[in-house]
Amino acid sequence: MKRIIPITVGVALVATLAVAAEVSPENVAFDEYGAVSESLTGVAGDAAAGLKAMETKSQGNCFACHQISAAADIPFHGSVGPSLDGVASRWDETQLRGIVAGVKNTFPDTVMPSFYKSSGFIRPGDGFTGKAGTEPLPTLLTAQQVEDIVAYLLTLTE
Amino acid sequence: MTKTVLKGAITSVAILAGAGMALAEGNLVINGDLELTTEAPAPSHIEGLTTVYSGWVFRDSFTQAMEMDDFDNPGMLFVDAGEDMWNEPAGTSGKACADCHGDASESMAGVRAVYPKWNEAAGEVRTLEMQINACRTENQGAEALKYGKGDIVSLEAYISMQSRGMPMNVAIDGPVADVWAQGKQMYYTRTGQLELSCASCHEENYGNLIRAETLSQGQTNGFPVYRIKDSVLTSAAGRFVGCVRDTKAETYKIDSSDFVALELYVASRGNGLSVEGVSVRN
Ligand code: HEC
Ligand code: HEC
Repeated sequence: MKRIIPITVGVALVATLAVAAEVSPENVAFDEYGAVSESLTGVAGDAAAGLKAMETKSQGNCFACHQISAAADIPFHGSVGPSLDGVASRWDETQLRGIVAGVKNTFPDTVMPSFYKSSGFIRPGDGFTGKAGTEPLPTLLTAQQVEDIVAYLLTLTE
Repeated sequence: MTKTVLKGAITSVAILAGAGMALAEGNLVINGDLELTTEAPAPSHIEGLTTVYSGWVFRDSFTQAMEMDDFDNPGMLFVDAGEDMWNEPAGTSGKACADCHGDASESMAGVRAVYPKWNEAAGEVRTLEMQINACRTENQGAEALKYGKGDIVSLEAYISMQSRGMPMNVAIDGPVADVWAQGKQMYYTRTGQLELSCASCHEENYGNLIRAETLSQGQTNGFPVYRIKDSVLTSAAGRFVGCVRDTKAETYKIDSSDFVALELYVASRGNGLSVEGVSVRN
């Protein structure tokens, strides 16, 4: 134990430095309607990477609930949430960032999960193991993945 | 809902949940002669639903057909295994279930429909699995069986078959009232990192697709359920473990008093639907 502790601290320090530019989950500034005006990373989003993160089950898994005509090559789109076709005509970048990062600030009772939130859960688990997890949990999406997904959603103008 | 149709389960589901999906037409008739109730007015103690539907209604026509013929229903093999257990002496008593309870078609008729149920002597609510284990440990002198799948569920399936076609009718008041209220509270609690409750999926979104899977109302009248996907017969508690885990939550223990409460409450949501004996789901 004694030998491990300093190493862990070292790793934690390096990690903190590396992500210093990111807005942490508890510091995301939602306005009163749920929009987030500032980028979470300062790095422009990559739409292609965003689609990948949306499709990946262990990340966004957005297609579990949403349908997108432009992504018809991805199999099995769910119908729990509304179609995201034309979503960029309904919401601007700041609103989409707010919806992806912490949707309950926009729709308080929605079943959609909060993708950039790490604590305040009831019976938080350790992933899908069914065992207890310890908060703060790793967020469902990284800050950059949120930005990437927003960039992709902004391409959905019709 | 203004329609009062008999064969309208499919249409009404689509209307209620707005899913617009194509479900097979028809009612659940087993072996061509036993017609089961898969759609019923919601019991008055359930505020969130006007009509209750068996999970059978939401399955594809292939899966539905498997449950309509006992020769095609893989769950029947477990029923046979359960019958053997019923007649087989076990434990230090050297007695079989049949030695105390006789002919199951008489003594066990109606039992499945009223469980989970208050046990006065023990002063607790018991699921059918708990009652089976209580008989084993207290009366047979045999070891308790593990919940969820395996031998205990085969025995449960055999007992359930004796109530096939009877309406679910669990009691929610009197001595079970507090436990029922606890189960209701659990049903609406949004757990895990995905912050989903049972109601998020099974009350607000039944009939909708979650990826490739059509959400049902999560009723328990069909249990034990043979799941084609993993070729096992599961009890309700076994299913609950998976559903809670899928919210990225710490599940409750399969033999916990929490799940007893949840099982009682969920069973009461299906009062009026037929006991299916042993059902098939994908
Ligand atoms: C468990 C279901 C679920 C998942 C998973 C989910 N959503 Fe949603 N989403 C919803 C629902 C339901 C709504 C409608 C809001 C409400 O509840 O009123 C919604 C609304 C939205 C909206 C606003 C749409 C509009 O037209 O108003 C956007 C944008 C969105 N989701 C994006 C995403 C993205 C991106 C992901 C994945 C990173 C995702 N959602 C994952 C259920 C989900
Ligand atoms: C993330 C969505 C989700 C949540 C939350 C969820 N379930 Fe489910 N549940 C499913 C899916 C998917 C199935 C399989 C298809 C079906 O029958 O709905 C299922 C099936 C079931 C079934 C089997 C129904 C049958 O006819 O075979 C029961 C019972 C059930 N759920 C109960 C619950 C209970 C109780 C809870 C809360 C503790 C819960 N579920 C939470 C998604 C969910």
